[in-house]
Amino acid sequence: MNIVVCVKHIPDPNVPPEMDGDRLKRQGVQGVLDPGDEFGVEAALQLKEANGGEVTLVSMGPEAAREAVTRGLSMGADKGILISDDALAGADALVTARVLAAAIKRNEFDLVIAGVESTDGYTGTMPGTLAEFLGVPQVTFVKTVESVDGSTAKVDRQTATGYHVVECSLPAVLTVTAGVNEPRYASFKGIMAAKKKPLEQVSLGDLGLSGDDVAIKQKIAQITPAEERKAGEVFEDDGTGAAKIADFLKEAKVI
Amino acid sequence: MSKIWVYAEVHEGKLDPAALELLTKARDLGDTEAVVLGAGAKEAATTLGEYGASVVHASEDTTYDDYIAQPHAHALNELISQHSPDLILFPNTYDARDIAGRLSAKTGSTLMGNATDVLSVDKAQTAIFGGTQLVDVDLEGSPKLVLVRPKSFEPSASGGSATVQDVTVDLPEDVKKAKRVERHEEQSSGPKLDAAAVVVSGGRGLQEPDNFKLLDELASLLGGAVGATRAVVDAGWVPYAMQIGQTGITVKPGVYIAVGISGATQHMVGMKGAKKIIAINKDEEAPIFSIADIGVVGDALKIVPQLIEEVKNRKG
Repeated sequence: MNIVVCVKHIPDPNVPPEMDGDRLKRQGVQGVLDPGDEFGVEAALQLKEANGGEVTLVSMGPEAAREAVTRGLSMGADKGILISDDALAGADALVTARVLAAAIKRNEFDLVIAGVESTDGYTGTMPGTLAEFLGVPQVTFVKTVESVDGSTAKVDRQTATGYHVVECSLPAVLTVTAGVNEPRYASFKGIMAAKKKPLEQVSLGDLGLSGDDVAIKQKIAQITPAEERKAGEVFEDDGTGAAKIADFLKEAKVI
Repeated sequence: MSKIWVYAEVHEGKLDPAALELLTKARDLGDTEAVVLGAGAKEAATTLGEYGASVVHASEDTTYDDYIAQPHAHALNELISQHSPDLILFPNTYDARDIAGRLSAKTGSTLMGNATDVLSVDKAQTAIFGGTQLVDVDLEGSPKLVLVRPKSFEPSASGGSATVQDVTVDLPEDVKKAKRVERHEEQSSGPKLDAAAVVVSGGRGLQEPDNFKLLDELASLLGGAVGATRAVVDAGWVPYAMQIGQTGITVKPGVYIAVGISGATQHMVGMKGAKKIIAINKDEEAPIFSIADIGVVGDALKIVPQLIEEVKNRKG
């Protein structure tokens, strides 16, 4: 079974984000493998352990994104592809999906796995667009992978009020939630092994794409600070905290 | 006059009210029509008309209920070539995200996600960094595609009525590949979370799943509903239907009580529209305190039982 996992190198989510003009500042900011993607890597590794095959990581990003791919390799993925090109700076979801699809299509695949949404952009629309470019179905918000055989995946998909069991023919795109598994730590052995695993770096030209294919059309018109919600009274509990909250609730006519 | 479409969802035969919020906004921007696909579409069309859709493109075909995203994107793409709308507004739901994502690849329009306002036919707004910055985006493509966060607009009826046009798009076999075979509901008791006047919500600070019982008791005393953060839902403490935030439900109650919640962006975007926010957390640096009207730094497991008693006393 050939499994591709989309991984993203993002600014460390524990550091407050900054803007660089109309884009998220990425230069000089400590980057990490998107924590949401670790669940995708883990899901792929478990499927490989059960079914055999190969796990390929694919990422789009600057040179620094090698770090994120390498982290996935040290968890146990077999190889990585990094699409890096200056023309891709600031790419939107449509461009990202088109580029990832071009890279993934070069080889046969059974499954493409991604996180539900990136931690820095959190729109969650890229996987659907990617699935359409690949001409395959998608099941998003997978919280349990029940079974996968050569031709079908059976998964539980979260809904607003519960979950649906979905049967999907392969190849397909799946996005997995953080509830789907417990990602393994990269062992020392894994980290050493990752250094020897193939990590192919490709440009747009290698994928047969031109500047027109990746032109970013959606533009930011302006950024303005939102009206701030003012912080009210914050105090250390000295035993009267509960009473003060109850007074507040009374004032708000809740009691 | 621009032609604005609203993509309306039906779940188990019932119209998702998010479409009514979008129609209310769309009326201000141009001629408004709706698309609704699946069982219950015709009945939904009546309501959609009352909220401003002059035409409703409807299909009762249950293929749309059984299969995920592909049939809808296929049909929308066909309808677009027949009717040439300028802008399509989608609710930011699980299904509509997938459908709009696929449609973006078909039409070559850049899809804008997470919009919190639609400023004109070619401009929409989103909030980033936990809602502290507003970003106006020039939309692109034909038609322009926007996913709008729930509760961005207050729905109000216009008293109109819609002409129903049957959607007669052939659905080829290759769009029927991801099929729902079972449906499971995990409904909680009490008022519906997204409609409750008071929401009591818990996070990691509650330390263990059993302590959610304290929130249940407090919420029922206040006539409210109980919510949770993604962290505790992912940890399996409470069902997903209770999740408040970017993924999950958006709430705008009169009072929101955040218990043991630090205030990650993912959570804050789902609750910062509350009229009053009360926060209880051990860590005085927790971001939730920056938006709280009243914040108590302390042990939630000590304060909540005291609060339950205080509320009981005041209720007499």
